[in-house]
Amino acid sequence: MIYLDYNATTPCDRRVLEAMEPFLKERFENPSSLYRGSRENKKAIEQARQQVARLLSCAPEEIFFTSGGTEADNWAIKSTAWALREKGNHIITSSIEHHAVLNTCAFLVKQGFRITYLPVSAEGIVDLEVLKKAISRETILVTIMHANNEIGTIQPLTEIAGLLKEKGILFHTDAVQTAGKLPLSVKELGVDMLSLSGHKFYGPKGVGALYVRKGWRLPPLLHGGEQEHGRRAGTENVAGIVGLGEAARLAKEEMAEEAVRVRALRDKLEEKIRQSVPEVIFNGHREKRLYNTANLCVKYVEGESMLLHLDFEGICASSGSACTSGSLEPSHVLLALGLPHEVAHGSLRFSLGKYSTESDVEAVAAVLPEIVAKLRAMSPLWPKER
Amino acid sequence: MEYTEKVLEYFRNPRNMGKMENPDGVGRVGNPVCGDVMEISIRVKDNRIEDIKFETFGCGAAIATSSVVTELARGKTLEEAEKITNQQVVEFLGGLPPVKKHCSLLAEEGLKAAIADYRARQARKKAG
Ligand SMILES: Cc1ncc(COP(=O)(O)O)c(C=O)c1O
Repeated sequence: MIYLDYNATTPCDRRVLEAMEPFLKERFENPSSLYRGSRENKKAIEQARQQVARLLSCAPEEIFFTSGGTEADNWAIKSTAWALREKGNHIITSSIEHHAVLNTCAFLVKQGFRITYLPVSAEGIVDLEVLKKAISRETILVTIMHANNEIGTIQPLTEIAGLLKEKGILFHTDAVQTAGKLPLSVKELGVDMLSLSGHKFYGPKGVGALYVRKGWRLPPLLHGGEQEHGRRAGTENVAGIVGLGEAARLAKEEMAEEAVRVRALRDKLEEKIRQSVPEVIFNGHREKRLYNTANLCVKYVEGESMLLHLDFEGICASSGSACTSGSLEPSHVLLALGLPHEVAHGSLRFSLGKYSTESDVEAVAAVLPEIVAKLRAMSPLWPKER
Repeated sequence: MEYTEKVLEYFRNPRNMGKMENPDGVGRVGNPVCGDVMEISIRVKDNRIEDIKFETFGCGAAIATSSVVTELARGKTLEEAEKITNQQVVEFLGGLPPVKKHCSLLAEEGLKAAIADYRARQARKKAG
């Protein structure tokens, strides 16, 4: 299998699995109990908290473990909205957020909150001037993702934070696609809250974290026991948390080298496609984007049909076409870039990672031109007379 | 989402795919904005569909259903072909995921549009 869908999820690193294993077997004690095994497990959680804190250059007390990126996004947005309701009812986000943010915002609309969805440029970047104009006295929260999962575009968080600080507006970012990929410093980014997810950087699924800046007492979303200092109830997913910690440690150590290697592979893949497939549009900002992501639209063909043919060749990729989203609309991200619907239907995303190789890139380059040619030959939209 | 083996087979090796020279009737349905367009061309002899071809821009189900509808219609009289329903196409394929049912409807409509176009052309010939 040739796996080029690392933005969807990543395989667990072998070292992560090894770190987790004892907690799925003999080290099963509840970390909240009193006996020694429990205290040891509590320590393991605190070690993981440090590892994640180091990844973000923050204090361990500012890290709260969750069940993943979705929960972290829900928690940050809902609890902030509810806590500051007296102050205002306006939230600003972007039009290209992950559904974990978009649908949370849509839910809040039903409760009387007002949401502004900032447009993005054709490269997928939010405009600071538009943001400035959108801010009102009612604005209580701005939530803008760090890097987009589909096109990889990276937002100017530091600049945005600069605008918000003077106004005292809280700033959350969904950094699910950058945590573990890019060096992150929450201080430099200037965010008050940041979501991350383990399975996007070789950790396990179903575990993530929310960074909450010291000084902002974000109320809990989940009520129950006193875990996570009473901020996130529920018996800890010890194995998952330990795995997340180990993944964070490995990422911190290895990401610099990985970034160089993966970027070279991604660039090569794009170049090969550019040379061998006519009428292709490459999406996302050319420089300000994730080094592992290639997103393109192949005109006159539909995305799912390309994915199926790639799958026949053992290649896993993804698409923002309507058919793969289970709706009738193509990806909201591609539409926000201003791409026409019929072009957005023909999108393909290849996202590379730690186990991607030169031969993976060669394999795609070897089959994609034929797949496209075959589908175009049967497409009534493809101008055949040229 | 699960496609049956039959859907994958018809998607991978579609029967009756391509453009027809001088067709007697052409039906084009769907919309590129919605992500699927089907064009079905027929040649008619003695009130029977003697030859039929399709071209499709769309997902796996769109391609498979348009191919199947051409298979079902080939050799049939126009009246028989007009009675082909999307349900028959779905049954032939051993089922379709619910979100893909509209593809089979499009295939049925494409065939009907081609026959209607044929009839309109005949009527014009008679009149003109
Ligand atoms: C940008 C972004 N945010 C949030 C999520 C959701 O994270 P999780 O799958 O851990 O809930 C994902 C991935 O699915 C993502 O790419």
